[in-house]
Amino acid sequence: MALTQVKQDATAARLAGLSLPEGGWSAGARKDALARLQAMGLPHARDEYWKYTKPAGLVAAEPAKAAIFTTDEAPMFDGLDRLKIVFVDGVFDAETSDDLALEGITIDRLADVKDIHWANGLYGVLEARGQDPVERPLAALNTAFATDGILIHAAKTPSKPINLIYRHGDESSDAILHHVVKVDSGASLTILENGPAAARFNKCLEADIADGGALHVVRTQGRDHERQAATHMFARLGKESVFKAFTLTVNGVLTRNECVIELTGDDAVAHVAGACMGDGDFHHDDTVFVTHDAVNCESRQVFKKVLRNGATGVFQGKILVKPDAQKTDGYQISQSLLLDEDSQFLAKPELEIYADDVACSHGSTSGAIDEDALFYLRSRGVPHAIAQDLLVLSFLAEAVEEIEDEALQEEILTRAEAWLSRHRKD
Amino acid sequence: MLEIKNLHVQLEEEDKQILKGVDLTVEAGKVHAIMGPNGSGKSTLSYVLSGKDGYEVTDGEATLAGEDLLDMEPEERAAAGLFLAFQYPVEIPGVGNMTFLRTAVNAQRKARGEEEMSAADFLKLVRSKAKELKIDADMLKRPVNVGFSGGEKKRNEILQMAMLEPKMCILDETDSGLDVDAMKLVSEGVNALRDEGRGFLVITHYQRLLDHIKPDVVHIMAAGRIVKTGGPELALEVEQNGYADILAEIA
Repeated sequence: MALTQVKQDATAARLAGLSLPEGGWSAGARKDALARLQAMGLPHARDEYWKYTKPAGLVAAEPAKAAIFTTDEAPMFDGLDRLKIVFVDGVFDAETSDDLALEGITIDRLADVKDIHWANGLYGVLEARGQDPVERPLAALNTAFATDGILIHAAKTPSKPINLIYRHGDESSDAILHHVVKVDSGASLTILENGPAAARFNKCLEADIADGGALHVVRTQGRDHERQAATHMFARLGKESVFKAFTLTVNGVLTRNECVIELTGDDAVAHVAGACMGDGDFHHDDTVFVTHDAVNCESRQVFKKVLRNGATGVFQGKILVKPDAQKTDGYQISQSLLLDEDSQFLAKPELEIYADDVACSHGSTSGAIDEDALFYLRSRGVPHAIAQDLLVLSFLAEAVEEIEDEALQEEILTRAEAWLSRHRKD
Repeated sequence: MLEIKNLHVQLEEEDKQILKGVDLTVEAGKVHAIMGPNGSGKSTLSYVLSGKDGYEVTDGEATLAGEDLLDMEPEERAAAGLFLAFQYPVEIPGVGNMTFLRTAVNAQRKARGEEEMSAADFLKLVRSKAKELKIDADMLKRPVNVGFSGGEKKRNEILQMAMLEPKMCILDETDSGLDVDAMKLVSEGVNALRDEGRGFLVITHYQRLLDHIKPDVVHIMAAGRIVKTGGPELALEVEQNGYADILAEIA
């Protein structure tokens, strides 16, 4: 279908300010991605998958400014032994990063252009597969124009997690990062991500998990109120492999997190979870697409949103079960806790099932604070505001518990508590 | 300790009078029991005293150690020394029992201008109190009341009572859903808290709880009023003859 004039113009306006980086081995993939993008055009508010989230801020030629929030809180994941890789406004910062060396894995930068690299054959490939049946133009834009990113090949299980830290230093920064992760059979890798990154952040992560491999991603998206972000995770899972991702989002006028998972080997497990809290001018969108294309795989989607003072939460979650994906166990839950009447939650759960021996369940709810529980806590002397915060944490617990590592669960809860106490009205 | 005078209460949502002039005084050091048929207003009385939403006091007053209860928020009433052991304790997934207890203890201390209890002191205290109630470490770690049996929930209520050391304890049908052994355990927990500075109001349908928690005074409540007051023998009378005789006698 030919693009409308509006889309053509918007896409041209955005592309005018971008140029294809020196690609080396990735040059071909970048050109292909640009062609994909030009064919589909950037998202528009009339698009089916952009009905609830206005893409204007994400596609505009220039990003809106975002003030930088400073705090004396300890940095995220500070107490954990991890390998730090720091980007400031999307630019790699060697000074504050650790050496990109860890036994069992290789780490390269996308910007270190070579002619040959193992990531050739993955870069942009999972993204391209993820364009069907739902177009994700911002991911194609990312593949074409990403200025940097990290390429991790985990042949074995490393001794510690990789922490990608995204600092924000310039109020008008526009960052595009693209990571590729390849996990070999039997290896297990954990990636931690945190930080506001830029005034506008477009990030893509492609993960190829071989038979028996495991990838865990735990990320937080803070805290600069005016920041905007579009992120994509594309994961392809082999036989008996595991992919688990959790995201905590607080603040941000606009966040769109897409997650596209393909279960291609039997007995694979994919869990994707998210918790977000928004106060006021906050729009948060989780768009998830899980494809079951093998036998006896399990997928879970658990999303919880706490919204107040006019904040908006969106969930678009799909489970597609292909004809041969028998014994599929699919689960999806999206829930919002609306702390006042001005906030809203828009949910679009979708199931599309072509196999006949399948267990798939889904649910979506919107509710207020449980008055009985609130009274119970208050009757024990807990002040109203603190009792409400405890119930917010109680509501988020199901999503946070999706994180396997208890120390990471604690870290996330600590952040959630800190946010709540900053936003508490006594 | 607790003084209730001519208390009239109706439901906020509908024009229905539940309490029609309750007069009741519970002295420090005493255990009062309230018995009465279903719908007589026993649970409403406990909710109104502890400050639950949905009730409107149309007349009368209630004071705790001279302080006006009805004017306070629920948390202020708790800090002033009132404790309600719920008939149906609420499950709160995702909030650890210990976190809950510690938050409550320290919130009350803070409200009273006392120093907060250190983590170590708190842990020591909660462990010893829990042991007496046969509450194991696992129950303390689990989310508040989630997956607890009926007996465990009621023991957990008594543990909270023991930790918060209230001046005035109201037990709302604490015996409901308990087997004989659990009732004994819960009663022992309550009896251990009996103290000359503390008053108890035990709401129950059945005499058998009062075999374990021996009351000083027994009241019969019917149609929103205390209709008869007597000693422990009044509870036995109810057990043998039901409420019909007493109600007929008053009518």
